[in-house]
Amino acid sequence: MSLTASDVKKISHLARLAIDEADIEPYANNLSNILGLVEQMDAADVADIEPMANPQDATQRLRDDIVTEVNQREKFQAIAPNTEAGLYLVPKVLE
Amino acid sequence: MHNKSLTELAAGLRAGEFTSVELTQHFLDRIEKYDESLNSFITVTPEIALAQAAEADAQIAAGTAGPLTGIPMALKDIFCTDGVKTSCASKMLDNFISPYNATVVEKLKAAGMPMLGKTNMDEFAMGSSNESSYYGAVKNPWDTERVPGGSSGGSAAAVAARLVPMATGTDTGGSIRQPASLTGITGIKPTYGRVSRFGMIAYASSLDQGGVFARDAADCALVLGAMAGFDEKDSTSSEREVEDYAAGLDQSLQGLRIGVPAEYFGEGLDEGVAASIKSALDKYKELGAEIVEIELPNTGLAIPSYYVIAPAECSANLSRLDGVRYGHRCEDPVDLEDMYKRSRAEGFGSEVKRRIMVGTYALSAGYYDAYYLKAQKVRRKIKDDFVQAFENVDVIMGPVSPTTAFKLGEKSDDPVSMYLSDIYTLAVNLAGLPAISVPVEPAEGLPVGLQIIGNYFDESRLLNVAHQFQQATDWHKQSPEGFGG
Repeated sequence: MSLTASDVKKISHLARLAIDEADIEPYANNLSNILGLVEQMDAADVADIEPMANPQDATQRLRDDIVTEVNQREKFQAIAPNTEAGLYLVPKVLE
Repeated sequence: MHNKSLTELAAGLRAGEFTSVELTQHFLDRIEKYDESLNSFITVTPEIALAQAAEADAQIAAGTAGPLTGIPMALKDIFCTDGVKTSCASKMLDNFISPYNATVVEKLKAAGMPMLGKTNMDEFAMGSSNESSYYGAVKNPWDTERVPGGSSGGSAAAVAARLVPMATGTDTGGSIRQPASLTGITGIKPTYGRVSRFGMIAYASSLDQGGVFARDAADCALVLGAMAGFDEKDSTSSEREVEDYAAGLDQSLQGLRIGVPAEYFGEGLDEGVAASIKSALDKYKELGAEIVEIELPNTGLAIPSYYVIAPAECSANLSRLDGVRYGHRCEDPVDLEDMYKRSRAEGFGSEVKRRIMVGTYALSAGYYDAYYLKAQKVRRKIKDDFVQAFENVDVIMGPVSPTTAFKLGEKSDDPVSMYLSDIYTLAVNLAGLPAISVPVEPAEGLPVGLQIIGNYFDESRLLNVAHQFQQATDWHKQSPEGFGG
């Protein structure tokens, strides 16, 4: 599997990672090498094998539907990059 | 004081030979004196440590102390610690003061262990050499031109240099066992679900597991007992009772069946490492164990499936780091997308970005079945190999790492060659099994770790098997020169 410059641009957009033009080529090489390693999986016969998401095949545990968290808004927002009146501020989304 | 085991330290505290404040100050002094050459700590917390030590002394005086009360420890900087910087060794979280404690932190605090600080690691636990830290590489105390292993390299180096009696680690693909192996200490990665992941910054959630670094298995048993157990805040936490790990240490190994997989002794294994592992197996035979040749035929598939599953889960987990609620935000974003993209590009280092991109690609439309789903099927084959092997043996043994500690910079430009150094550790995480690294005879002066893999929730036996070896050998008592004996 060999990734092109446009593949890398598309992936970095999906991952929301800005990427410098100069870094595209090295990323294309590195990612292609990693995917080359991953391709060794192709040799495995996985017909009739169930995918495994948890080592004990555990399913999601349910709990009672009660409030367990206390409101700590001020504590959490104390470490936020930018807040105002209890809200997180981000650049304008709608013009 | 720094060469005593946890049991000896606990006895010394109780007998009044030294106080917890004195003990804690002793280790703080050692960090001050020696850590400049190792870079094993990101944050040292003397005020917290000494205040907790004073509390511990009061408990000891009042007779309400537990077995670990007053013994200082360090936390890998992946464990959220209330009011303390928890950086995960990333620029992204360089300004992150955690607003809460991880369950592991709560438990060790409840056990009365003063916290000396937070240890260095590979950024977001992604790496096998501790060179990807935003705070610089950690050096191996046995040879400061070499890596300590990763990702929990700071914890391993600090314990190996006796800057702290024990430290926590996390292991997603070998990140406890490999640094333990490369620094000559004992490190245990428990069964997936045994130690709570709550507040342990997630890398690959279906693989991550917290564990312990200490000098020897008896010390690991004490601490693991305090760390393990069901936690309703972790949705994959096991409800099984925690065994009394210290109680099983003295059992004889007579009749123990040790499986030795041919696949762990093939091409790529350093000859010196192989010889050290073989001599450890001979010691086990002397102790009454029986060696059984086994096969784990899908071992070779561990690396490719891991490098799909771990990046895929990391790309999802790290998507929350977007510059909105906490962590790094870029200057003067022109719009929301620019803010996301530049905050993340500036905040993450290159290995983290690589893994995010591999995972993003593997999960993107049209590729899911070929990569993630296939990797999860391969994962079951790897697990089934172990399940079958454990029908016939009690534990499995082999090397942790194909080589001893490599030189700083040797593999940092070539991600794939770095990945290959995890060949013997990844399968254990994919299967979710417990495993321990135990120091055996060094090779050319550098530490070598024997990996002992156990069946699910068989930590007690792993610790017993490791402890019996340590009763008969003294490799675990060796410490690197240059750190004040």
